[in-house]
Amino acid sequence: MVHAFLINTLSCSTGGTESLCRVLYSQTFGSERSESRNKDPEEERCYRKEQIFAVARQVKSACTLSRQAMGKSLSAFAFPPSDEVVALQEADFGVFRLPPGDPFSESKTVLWLGIQSVGFALVCDPYENLMLAENSLKMIVRYLLEYLRLLSQGSDIMLKADKIEIILNKFLPCGQLLFINHRFVYSIERELNICISK
Amino acid sequence: MSVAGAESRIKQARKIQDEELLKFCAQISNLLNNQDYGTETLDSLQKLYLIIAVTKYSRKLTKEGIEKLESTLCWPKTTEQIQTLCAAILREISPCDHLTLSVSDCLDTKVLSLVFSVLLAQGNRKDEVHSVGQRVVKLLESRLPEGQSLRYLFPVLSKVIKLSPAILNEDQVNMINKKFVDWLRYASVQQGVLVSSGGFFSGSRTRQPGPINEVDGAVAADFFTVLSIGNYYTEDQWMNVHVFSMLRKWLLCYGSDVITGDDADIKSESEGSVMSMVSAASTSSRLLPPKERLREKALEYCLRLIEQSDRKAIKKLDSDLQKACLIEAVYLMDIICQQDSSFVYRAFSCLKALYSRICGDFAFARVILPIAQFFLRHSEMAAVESEAVYRHLFTKLPPELFHDSMFAFEFVQFCRENEKLLGETVSNFRQNFPNLLKFLAWHSPALIAEFVELLPALIVPETAIEMLHSLLDLPCMTAVLDVQLRSQSIPFNEKAPVDHNLKPSSSLEAFRHPYYRSMFLYILRGESGAGDTIDRLNLLHEVLLDMVNHSRILQCAQTVPILLQVYFNVVSEFADGTLINQLVLVLLERSSLLFNIKAFKTEVHRVFSSQLLVLCKLHPSVIVEQSKELLEFCGTVTNIQSKENFFTHIVWAIGEYLSVAYNEKCTVEIITRFFEALEALLFEITQLRPSASVPRHHPRVITVLMTTLSKLASRSQDLIPRVSLFLSKIRPFARSSAVASTYAEEDIEELLSRASELMNLLNLPNIAQFVLAPSAEHANPRYHRDTNVSLPLAMRTMTKLLQRGTNSVPG
Repeated sequence: MVHAFLINTLSCSTGGTESLCRVLYSQTFGSERSESRNKDPEEERCYRKEQIFAVARQVKSACTLSRQAMGKSLSAFAFPPSDEVVALQEADFGVFRLPPGDPFSESKTVLWLGIQSVGFALVCDPYENLMLAENSLKMIVRYLLEYLRLLSQGSDIMLKADKIEIILNKFLPCGQLLFINHRFVYSIERELNICISK
Repeated sequence: MSVAGAESRIKQARKIQDEELLKFCAQISNLLNNQDYGTETLDSLQKLYLIIAVTKYSRKLTKEGIEKLESTLCWPKTTEQIQTLCAAILREISPCDHLTLSVSDCLDTKVLSLVFSVLLAQGNRKDEVHSVGQRVVKLLESRLPEGQSLRYLFPVLSKVIKLSPAILNEDQVNMINKKFVDWLRYASVQQGVLVSSGGFFSGSRTRQPGPINEVDGAVAADFFTVLSIGNYYTEDQWMNVHVFSMLRKWLLCYGSDVITGDDADIKSESEGSVMSMVSAASTSSRLLPPKERLREKALEYCLRLIEQSDRKAIKKLDSDLQKACLIEAVYLMDIICQQDSSFVYRAFSCLKALYSRICGDFAFARVILPIAQFFLRHSEMAAVESEAVYRHLFTKLPPELFHDSMFAFEFVQFCRENEKLLGETVSNFRQNFPNLLKFLAWHSPALIAEFVELLPALIVPETAIEMLHSLLDLPCMTAVLDVQLRSQSIPFNEKAPVDHNLKPSSSLEAFRHPYYRSMFLYILRGESGAGDTIDRLNLLHEVLLDMVNHSRILQCAQTVPILLQVYFNVVSEFADGTLINQLVLVLLERSSLLFNIKAFKTEVHRVFSSQLLVLCKLHPSVIVEQSKELLEFCGTVTNIQSKENFFTHIVWAIGEYLSVAYNEKCTVEIITRFFEALEALLFEITQLRPSASVPRHHPRVITVLMTTLSKLASRSQDLIPRVSLFLSKIRPFARSSAVASTYAEEDIEELLSRASELMNLLNLPNIAQFVLAPSAEHANPRYHRDTNVSLPLAMRTMTKLLQRGTNSVPG
């Protein structure tokens, strides 16, 4: 299962001044098993947020290092990709493991995908089917790009939580990855179109 | 995609004060009270969500506000967007003690799943996990009203059993086992019908639904699975997808005999299970208890998926899904066989056939890993030959797929999780370590943490030296892999005339040059044992110099010092005298043969320095045994300049361990030869010729040389006069203008005080020997506690003597 999904900012520069990493959206699917009941609720919420921030920072640095290693220069980000398919093909993609305790109580695997200055990440439980997770992440990002119009200039991701949530509820309900073939995807897409307009 | 706007939004949202927020909430409550679900409400709710979500500190909402959101969420006339936002906001403020949502608040399963997700975010303060779990089970048991679907409940169930498997009792587990069998194995094989929402134009246009198809367009050959294609799907077909998606988790929780205790009663299978098609392989499993029956059906499902994955899917999404299904099927079969070993033979025959089918296709490489895992776990039981699988895995796949980040990660995880078993039973695991290192060389930042854990399992005495060389050459390996990839994409005109006497001008040219080819192939080797390193490594480094600034190589270089630490920690546990000798030789040799990255060389030298001391401590006689190489090393002045830190440590080690006490073969001759070499060196760096340049060495080099010379002299006392003479010349050296301008005042003071201490000590040869070359016994506490031989006594005596001058008699 997926423990959390997040969207964060990435730097487009390959060096020099680093911008702060901002979490643009995050959803944690349920709590961790080991959370104590006695902790003050505000403290617990704060702690969960900090765990997500920690993941976002690592995603940002993983993506930056990956782009450096591939020799992508600033000019690569000057022209945004023309459509979702191209965007996904050119996206940076990677995976790393979070050891137990840092920051979650058990070990997790993070799959990340970076398009221009936005990163998307799935925090998966150990022994998850990573091929399925990879396919699902790419599919979710495709729908997010389409329904949130992320590729057009001046798009605002921050006031579209409802669309993000609806897309996640359909393709990643409660953090469950689904084995859906293209016809099931089409069914879900029809349901999506009924509740949100593009 | 600009995110500049995001930054300002976050700041704005964080600045909103509490009173403003409360007013805003009141406005929203009003709108919701009036059941206004238009754009203004939507926008306001989005803003409210943002305000709460952007900060880690809790924002206070009123109890009434929260209640309003809760009731809107459960109100049947709300739009899906509004409901989703209400749920999102309630989830964002969680955990929260003011929430009054309960499991029975509404009946719509879609909304229920939203309610459950909010409850599960509370952190189980009020036993929410239990109540949600029980409610889900009740719903699964019951008949739902028209239009409701159970499919929204499966993910919740999956989450609940993960958090707390003990929530379901045995009866409930059995009930669900039975339902799972039905949905998994007996879902309809006819296509569904589009449920039209009515309206003026929906006449009786219900078409006769046809049969389900396979992914390649053929009609379905057997029962329904996630790889079955139809225009529209029925409810039980949706369940099929959801049950399969959570099946592994379910079996892990409730499938083994340990958790569920004794077997359930064998109830008669009278529940109406719809069987549209009977699978030819179906056994008379109806008499099995539910848990065992589910296992049987799960295995059948996996076998069917494996057969379906052989078809050529029309859509790419489906062919990607086929691979994911294969992986999941193998994982499931592994678990099923662990829970009931009678399935092993059936599973093996299927997996062997699958392996033969896909081993030649690199697109299916990721499926080989779970197959190998299965073989590793069960082949002994089935007495099956599995060598070929491991050989293929460790020799053929890494050279082709090292650059694939997902494959690399999964391969390394496989090794890490099974390192014990692999080390004991699979010779390729250690034999092919160069292939494993390729993953690290290419994906250094992502995999370094994994390799720090994995590396100890790969180090054995037989290949320890080769491993050390390979680790030191990791950046070189990255460069070579890069050249190899580039060479594959740039066509090579074999017929073009090439002058092979000319030195190649780029790494790519060198790769294709016959003289250098064997060196490249050595680095690209997949198997260890062909030789620890190559003779002309320096030439290879030279032709790769055009890549020295590539980011990937620099990233790799940063990981090497960490791995070296791990390496030496492991090796020092089992290294004997012979191995330590070889290691010290490698340190000496490679200290001047490293890939030309400045920071890399500095860090590696740092590790060499500290590890040299560890090795010497383990086997002090190594200094005498390697005296020839060490002498050569000390005789070269350039060694001071290029690796000062390391050089200093070598000199210190010589001073410490070049003694008869550590090795009987240490003759006066050897000591004298070292003395002369070091003396000449010290002389050269402390000269005050007008043409001599300003000293560039750290003053520590000089003090270490002085101290070492004094130590050697204390062991071979004829040398004392020479040292004393030398030491007396330090004062004019230290006070010269050239030195005064380069070294700090404290350093010069230190030099002078050290020189005079040593001179004074050497005037008392016996004391000097005791102080400068104590035997190992003197570290023994006895020497400090026994009043007759204790060091403090000796120190006190010595101090008195030094204060009184050289004429006093010790007593």
